[in-house]
Amino acid sequence: MPAGRTVEAMMLGKLDWSAIPFDQPIPLIAGAVVLVGILAVLIWVVVKGHLPYLWHEWITSVDHKRIGVMYILLASVMLLRGGSDAIMMRIQQAIAYQSQGYLPPEHYNQIFSAHGTIMIFFVAMPFVIGLMNLVVPLQLGVRDVAFPTLNSVGFWLTSTGALLVNVSLVVGEFARTGWLAFPPLSGLTYSPGVGVDYYAWSLQISGVGTLVAGINLVTTVLKLRTKGMNYLRMPMFCWTTLASNLLIVAAFPILTATLAMLLLDRYLGFHFFTNEAGGNVMMFMNLIWAWGHPEVYILVLPAFGIYSEVVSTFSGKPLFGYRSMVLATMAICVISFMVWLHHFFTMGAGPDVNAIFGIASMIIAVPTGVKIYNWLFTMYGGRIRFATPMLWSVGFMVTFIIGGLTGVLVAVPPADFMLHNSMFLVAHFHNVIIGGVLFGAFAGFEYWFPKAFGFRLDERWGKVAFWFTFIGFYVTFMPLYVVGMLGMTRRLQHYDVAAWRPWMMVAAIGMLLLSIGVLAQVMQLVVSIRNREALRDRTGDPWDGRSLEWATSSPPPVFNFAFPPDVRGEDAYWALKWHAKVQQLEDHPGPEYQDIEMPRNSPTGFVCAFFATVMGFALIWHIWWMVILGGLGAFATFVVFAWRDHDEYVIPAAEVERIDRINIEERRSLVSMAGAA
Amino acid sequence: MNLLDPQGPVAAANSTILVDSVFIMLTIVVPTIIAILAFAFWFRASNPRAHYQPGFVYSGRVEMVVWAIPALTVILLGGVAWIGSHQLDPAAPVPGTGSPVRIQAVSLDWKWLFIYPDQRIATVNTLTVPAGAELNFQLTSSSVMNVFFIPQLGSMIYTMNGMVTRLNLRADNEGKLQGLSAHFSGDGFPEMMFDVNVISPLAFPDWVATTAKSDAVLNEDSYKKLMQQGVERGRPIYRLEDPRLFDLIATQHIPPGPGPELISDAGRPHSGGHDAR
Amino acid sequence: MSMTATVGHAHADPHHIGIVVEHPGPASKRIVTAYGFWVFLLSDIVMFSCFFAAYAVLVHQTADGPKGSEIFEQRNVAIETVCLLLSSFTCGMASIAADVRNRLWFYLGMAVTCVLGLIFLTIEFREFADLVSRGYGPSRSAFLTSFFSLVGCHGLHVSAGVLWLLTMMAQVFAKGFRADILRRMMCFALFWHALDIIWVAIFSVVYLLGSGV
Repeated sequence: MPAGRTVEAMMLGKLDWSAIPFDQPIPLIAGAVVLVGILAVLIWVVVKGHLPYLWHEWITSVDHKRIGVMYILLASVMLLRGGSDAIMMRIQQAIAYQSQGYLPPEHYNQIFSAHGTIMIFFVAMPFVIGLMNLVVPLQLGVRDVAFPTLNSVGFWLTSTGALLVNVSLVVGEFARTGWLAFPPLSGLTYSPGVGVDYYAWSLQISGVGTLVAGINLVTTVLKLRTKGMNYLRMPMFCWTTLASNLLIVAAFPILTATLAMLLLDRYLGFHFFTNEAGGNVMMFMNLIWAWGHPEVYILVLPAFGIYSEVVSTFSGKPLFGYRSMVLATMAICVISFMVWLHHFFTMGAGPDVNAIFGIASMIIAVPTGVKIYNWLFTMYGGRIRFATPMLWSVGFMVTFIIGGLTGVLVAVPPADFMLHNSMFLVAHFHNVIIGGVLFGAFAGFEYWFPKAFGFRLDERWGKVAFWFTFIGFYVTFMPLYVVGMLGMTRRLQHYDVAAWRPWMMVAAIGMLLLSIGVLAQVMQLVVSIRNREALRDRTGDPWDGRSLEWATSSPPPVFNFAFPPDVRGEDAYWALKWHAKVQQLEDHPGPEYQDIEMPRNSPTGFVCAFFATVMGFALIWHIWWMVILGGLGAFATFVVFAWRDHDEYVIPAAEVERIDRINIEERRSLVSMAGAA
Repeated sequence: MNLLDPQGPVAAANSTILVDSVFIMLTIVVPTIIAILAFAFWFRASNPRAHYQPGFVYSGRVEMVVWAIPALTVILLGGVAWIGSHQLDPAAPVPGTGSPVRIQAVSLDWKWLFIYPDQRIATVNTLTVPAGAELNFQLTSSSVMNVFFIPQLGSMIYTMNGMVTRLNLRADNEGKLQGLSAHFSGDGFPEMMFDVNVISPLAFPDWVATTAKSDAVLNEDSYKKLMQQGVERGRPIYRLEDPRLFDLIATQHIPPGPGPELISDAGRPHSGGHDAR
Repeated sequence: MSMTATVGHAHADPHHIGIVVEHPGPASKRIVTAYGFWVFLLSDIVMFSCFFAAYAVLVHQTADGPKGSEIFEQRNVAIETVCLLLSSFTCGMASIAADVRNRLWFYLGMAVTCVLGLIFLTIEFREFADLVSRGYGPSRSAFLTSFFSLVGCHGLHVSAGVLWLLTMMAQVFAKGFRADILRRMMCFALFWHALDIIWVAIFSVVYLLGSGV
C-alpha cells in the first residue's frame, strides 16, 4: 500500500467517494431531497431568528412535556421515512412478477431491513415514549420526571440513532439482513459492508437512550406520585407505563449485549455467532428474541393504557374492571418474558419445548382477551361520543382481535410449521402493530394534543384520516394473509408464482389508501394550526377527561400544577380530577403561593448526542482517531455537567401566582358556566 | 402452493390443525367483534333509548366470565398444541410404502443441493421423490441460515452450518410441487425456489439410473465451486463420488461458504446478487 | 357534565378497593436518585447475565484450543479477588467518611480503593496480554471469545469505575460535601459494590468451575 493511501486510511478509515451511491439514483435522490429539506429548514430557522428560541425552549429543554413532544415529532418524521420504504416495497412486490421489478435485490433488501428497523425503533418506540413522557407526570400530579436532564439525554441519543440510519441512505449502505440482522448473514463474512455496522451502532446508541427513558419512567411512577396517589388510584396509562418500562429495563440490556457480541464478531474477530471456531447462531436467535418478544409488549402495553383512558373518557364511565386490568397488565408484563422461543419453532427444538412455549404464548392471550372484554363493558351503559380518539379505539378493538386470532394460531406449533416467516406472519404482526400500537399512538396523539398545545385537532380531517387508514389497513394486509396461505414467504424481491400476483396488486392499492390516511393526518395538523383560535381549549379539559392531566390548564405551565394535587377519597382515579381541579381553582390567598424549584435547562443531552453521532459514524467507518475524540468529548460533557453548581432555578411565588391566576380566571369562568348549565 | 391443498400426510395434519384452531377461535372472536360494534352503536351518546349506567364499573360475575372465556379457549387450544407438537414433530417418523428414501439437503448461496447418499446421486434445485415412500431428510447449510419448506408437503425446518436438522415427509400424489427457502439468506434469496417432482415409485429407480449416468461428478472440488455465491439457472444433476460428502459439510471438514468477493469498494461490496438480475 | 354531579360521585369506591394507607407523596431526591441507580444496576446485571449465558453455551466450544483449566492461574485470580473485596471495604469506609463529612478519611478510602482497583486491572490486563501472546486470544475459539468478553466486560466496568472514582474525588475537592455530590457518591458506592457481586459470580462460574474441569 503506498504511503498516501495509508495516511488516508488512517484519517478516513473505510470512507471514500465510492461510499456515495452515485450509481443508484433512488437513494441518492431521496437522500438529496432530505438533505435539501433539512438545509432549507435550518436556513429558515436561522434567517428568521428562531434559533435562540429553539435552543432555549426546545433543544436544551428538560421539561418532560417538551421532550415528549420532541419524541413524537421524531416518530412522526420517521413514520414518513418508514412509510416511504413500505410504499416502495409494496410497489416492488406488485410488479416483480416474473421480472426484477424496479428495485435490484441489494437495494430492496436494504429497504425492508430499514423499514422494520425504523418502524420499531424510531417510530413506535419514540411515539409511545413521547406520549408517556408527556402525560405520565401530569397524571401522577407531579412537576417533572425523576431525572429531567437524563430524559433529555435519552431523547437526543434516540435521535442520534435515527440520524445515523438516515445517513446510511447517502453515505454507504444500510443492512441487507432484515431488521434483526441474523448471523451468520450479518457476520463479517457474508455482510462485509458497513450496512450492518450502521444498523448495530444506531441501535446501540438509541438503545442507551431507551434504557435511560425506561429507568426514568420506572422511577417516576414508583417514587414520584403526588400525595394520596396510591398504586390502585393510578390511571391505567400509568400502570401500563410502569409495566412497559419495567420491560424496557429488563429487556433492552439483552439487546445491548447481543448487538455488542455481534459487533465484537465483526470488529475484533470474536466467535459468538460465526460458523467457525464453535460460534453458535442459535444463541443469537435466543438472545435477540429474549429481547424481541418483550419488545412488542413494550410497544403495545402503553397503547393498551391509551385505549383504557380514551374508552372510559368517551364512554363517560370509569374503566370497567380496573383491578382486572391492573392484574392483566402485570400478567402480560411477566409472561412476555417466557415465550421467546415461539419465534423459531421450526429450528427443531423438539416437541416438549415447542409445546410448552406454544402454550405459554397462548396464555398471554388470556389477559389480553380480558382487556378487550373490559373495554367492551366500559362501553356498555356508557354515553359514547365518537370523537377521533374513540374511533381509533373502536377500530383497534376490532382489528386487534383479528391479529390476536392469527397470533394464537401461529403459537400452535404445527400451524407455525406451515406459517413461519410467511406473508401470513407479516400480516399478523402488522395486524397487531398497526392495529394495536399505531392506532393507539394516533388515538393518544389526538387525545392529548390539546393538552400539549392548547388547541384541539380538526375533527373532520381526523375522521378522514381514520377511515382511510382503517380501510387501507384491511385492503393492504388481508391479501397478505391470503398469499401467506398460498405459501408465499417474506422478503421476496421477485417471484414467479402467478397465484400470488393479484393479491400483491390489491395490497399495493391498500398501501395507497394508507398513504392517503397519513396525508390526511398531515392535513389535519395544517388545518388545525391555521384554525387554532377556533379550536382553542380554554378549560384545560376539552374531552371531559377523568385523570389529573385535565385538572391543569392546556398547555400546562412549566410547573404543571401550582399546588401539588392532594388526592383524597377512596375512589380509584375516577373523581380525582375534579378534586384536583377544584383545588387548582380554589381561591388561594396570596401568601399561599410558594416558590417553585424547577430543573434548569441543559445542553448536556444535545452535546452528548453530538459526540455520540461523531463516535457512531467514526466506528462505522473505522476512523479510529475520531472514535477517541468522540469518546473523550462525551466524557468531558458529563464531567462539565457534573461540575455545574446550580441545577435548579426558582420560579418566584409571585410569578407562579401571576401565571396561575390568568389560567384560573379563564378556566373558572368556563367551569362555572358548565356547572350552571 | 396452497397450504389448504396438502399433498402429503404431514401437510394434511398441519392444515387440519390450522383450520380447526381458526374455527375454535372464531366461535369466540366473531361474537366479540359483533358485541363491540353493537355496544358502540347502541350506547352512542345520541341514542336516547340507551340507558346510561355510569356506575356499572364492576361485576364479579362479568369478571369471572371474562377471564373464563379466553382461559377455556386457551386450555382447549393448548391441548391441540401439545398433542400436535408431539405427533407432528418434524423428526417424527412418517410411515410410507416401500423403503424410505434418504435425502440430504444443503442450502447453498443461493441454491439447494439434494444429495441421495444411497443412490449415489445429487441434484441442484430439483428434488425428485417417489410417491408414497417415507422421505428422511437430513439438512444443513453451507453458509447462512435458510429454511427448507415445501408448502404442500408440510413442516418447514431450518438449515444451519455445522448442524444437522431432521425432517420426515411423505408425498402421496404424483405431480409437480414447489419448494422454497423460508428464511432470508441474502441477495439471491428469491432464486432459492426449487421444483419438487413426485414420480411413481416404479419410475424412481429409472430416474436414479439415468441420473447416475451424469457426466458431472459431485466431490469436494465441484462442491466448493458450487458453494460460491451465485444463482443457478439450470437444473444440474451429479453422480456422487463420496456418499459421506454431506457429513464432511455438516461437520465443517469442508469449510463454510466464502461470502461475497471483496473488491476495493469496502463500503458497499458487490455480491453475486448482481447475477440475479 | 355538570361539576356538582361529578363531585357527588367522589366518595364512591366503584372498584371496592378500600385503600387504607395514603401515599405520602413524592419521595426525597436522595431516595429517587438511589432508586433510579438501583434500577440501572439491575439492568446492568441483566446485561452481564447475557454474557454469562453466552459463556455457559460456548464454554465447551474450544475448537481444539485450550480449555479453561489449561489457562487459568489460580494465584492471580486469588489476588484479584482479594483486591476487589478489600476495595469494597475501603469504598464503604469512604462512603461513611463522606456521610460524616470527614475529608481525610474520604480521600484515604477513595485512594486505597483506586489503588486496589488499579492492581486488579493490571493483573487482569497482564493475564489477557499473556494469553494473547500465547496465541490464545479471543478469536482462537468460541470459548475464549466468551471468556474474554465476560471478564473483559467486567474489567471495562472497573475501568469506568476508576474513572468515576477519580472524578468523585476531584468533585469533593472542588465542591465539598454538597448534597448532590453525596448522592453521586452513594451511586458510585452502589456501582462499586455491584461490580464486586458480579466478580464473585465470575470467580465462581468461570475460574472455580472452569479449573475443576
